[in-house]
Amino acid sequence: MPTDEPEDRSAGAVGLATPAAPTSRPAGDPARTPQPAGDPGSRRWLGDRIGSVEVLAGLLILLVVFRDPLAGALDDPRLQTWTTVFVSIMVQAVPFLVFGVLLSAVIAVFVPRSFWARALPRHPALAVPAASAAGVVLPGCECGAVPIAGSLIRRGVTPAAALAFLLAAPAVNPIVLTATAVAFPNNPEMVLARGVASLVVAMVMGWLWLRLGRTEWIRMPRRPELDDPSKGRAFWGAVRHDVTHAGGFLVLGAMAAASINVLVPERWLQTLADNAWLSILALALLAVLLSLCSEADAFVAASLSQFSLTSRLVFLVVGPMVDLKLISMQAGVFGRRFAFRFAPTTFVVALLVAVGVGAVLL
Amino acid sequence: MNRQAQAVVLLLLGGAVLRASVTDLYLRYVKEGLRPFLIAAGLLLVVAAIMTLWYELRPPAPRALAPTGEPATDHDGHGHHEPRVGWLLILPVLGLLLVAPPALGSYAASQAGTALNAPQQSDYPPLPDGDPAPVSVLDYAARALFDRGASIGDRRVLLTGFLATGEDGQPILARMVLSCCAADGRPVKLGLTGDVPAGLPNDSWVEVVGRYSDRIGRDPVNDAEIPYLQVESWRQVPTPKRQYE
Repeated sequence: MPTDEPEDRSAGAVGLATPAAPTSRPAGDPARTPQPAGDPGSRRWLGDRIGSVEVLAGLLILLVVFRDPLAGALDDPRLQTWTTVFVSIMVQAVPFLVFGVLLSAVIAVFVPRSFWARALPRHPALAVPAASAAGVVLPGCECGAVPIAGSLIRRGVTPAAALAFLLAAPAVNPIVLTATAVAFPNNPEMVLARGVASLVVAMVMGWLWLRLGRTEWIRMPRRPELDDPSKGRAFWGAVRHDVTHAGGFLVLGAMAAASINVLVPERWLQTLADNAWLSILALALLAVLLSLCSEADAFVAASLSQFSLTSRLVFLVVGPMVDLKLISMQAGVFGRRFAFRFAPTTFVVALLVAVGVGAVLL
Repeated sequence: MNRQAQAVVLLLLGGAVLRASVTDLYLRYVKEGLRPFLIAAGLLLVVAAIMTLWYELRPPAPRALAPTGEPATDHDGHGHHEPRVGWLLILPVLGLLLVAPPALGSYAASQAGTALNAPQQSDYPPLPDGDPAPVSVLDYAARALFDRGASIGDRRVLLTGFLATGEDGQPILARMVLSCCAADGRPVKLGLTGDVPAGLPNDSWVEVVGRYSDRIGRDPVNDAEIPYLQVESWRQVPTPKRQYE
């Protein structure tokens, strides 16, 4: 049963994420990229006679028919490299995405929500670290954490704790930390630094909310999905929704990353990378713009090998907490007044904490 | 995108990932160790697609009048509230099934600086047995640069790599090195002297037999040192299965 929550999110998210698409388009296959993006519009336009399945079937037939011209268009070495990098980021990230979504669906469907409320200490200031620590056991990327944090608030968990959980869960869970360890085989301290910095940011933000936050900033929409009486239906519904939703944003991120990989000359990144402060700021902004899934961002960070470890740590700490797709998801779940205050504050706190932790640990 | 279309996309994505990991296609994009995870993820995607279709096409138990049987009504009801961004998942399916782009080659190598900029290890074990001794491009480059060829001596070595154009228009031998996927692929470049392979286009794979040369060049991209190889003979070889080191 879909509710209003996912639709608001995806509509807003698509709108916000489009700035990333034009960047990738010149490098991408110009004939291909607009097609999927154009479909929702044409579907609405054609009304209810043609559904997504028909559009999809037509699209696939067209693709098979025009396979040769398409392959010809990709002969340009730049486009070819772009496609290789794009496909490889997707192939690398798909297992992490799928396992993360599966585990978060298990927890979302088979662990009762009231469990979290019972498990947390009553005092809000103590609930914040407890909720951050709870984030450690919740696998999944940030796309899964936003609706769960929403339902925690709905179930009476103090917003400060739910927000700490929202920030901690995507950054410090076992799958993400494993991915980080795999991506940085020669720097195991990166895993520790990422976990510590992310936990500190989550707790600082929770406590900041207790001091400065106002409940009226949070405007919750109606009930979330996953309330289907059939557990199996709810489970597979959650898996399907999360894979298409998070996977779609992953495609956007991979396209942006491939474009940066191909378009940005190495010399230019080199000049940024040579300046310690500039490189930290540049990678923090890059994390926001790329909007990578936290399960895959470590691999992109590993590829930015000309940057210092501290600036790449900033990339890994900021990315799961603030990025374009998260801002739009938070605006959809918690309301815009909340998101436009919460995201910039998180960005500054994450930047400062990551630099501090990097100075100590890396 | 309604739920049935999502199921089809999941099925295609799972199928594409499975196909790539069962054949050797995945080796163009990621390291070999990811294979079991790719197969598992592909299977799970296929199962998720089948379960979605199963629940979609089966009449729902408590809501007897839900319009699952009639897609048109379904779109108006819920369909267009489903994540639209999911349409983008067609792109990787397309990339894997129809385009299957080649592994990174000479273009990527010309864009990035050679990856050897710090000593990897302090002492080098003896070369493997055989004459010529088979070594990787990365191994040769590291021994030539940081060991000044001491562990090579005047042994003959056998290297496999692809051709790219160096700074002076001369062919160089290159090989891409991955740490996890092609997004972080970096080239290792070797200059060639002596019997330099001629008449072959870039990206041709060659096997060269040669000896250590003390000549050192510079990579124009990142100003790193590029070691040279004194080529004695070479032959063109088919593209290897594992194109990355």
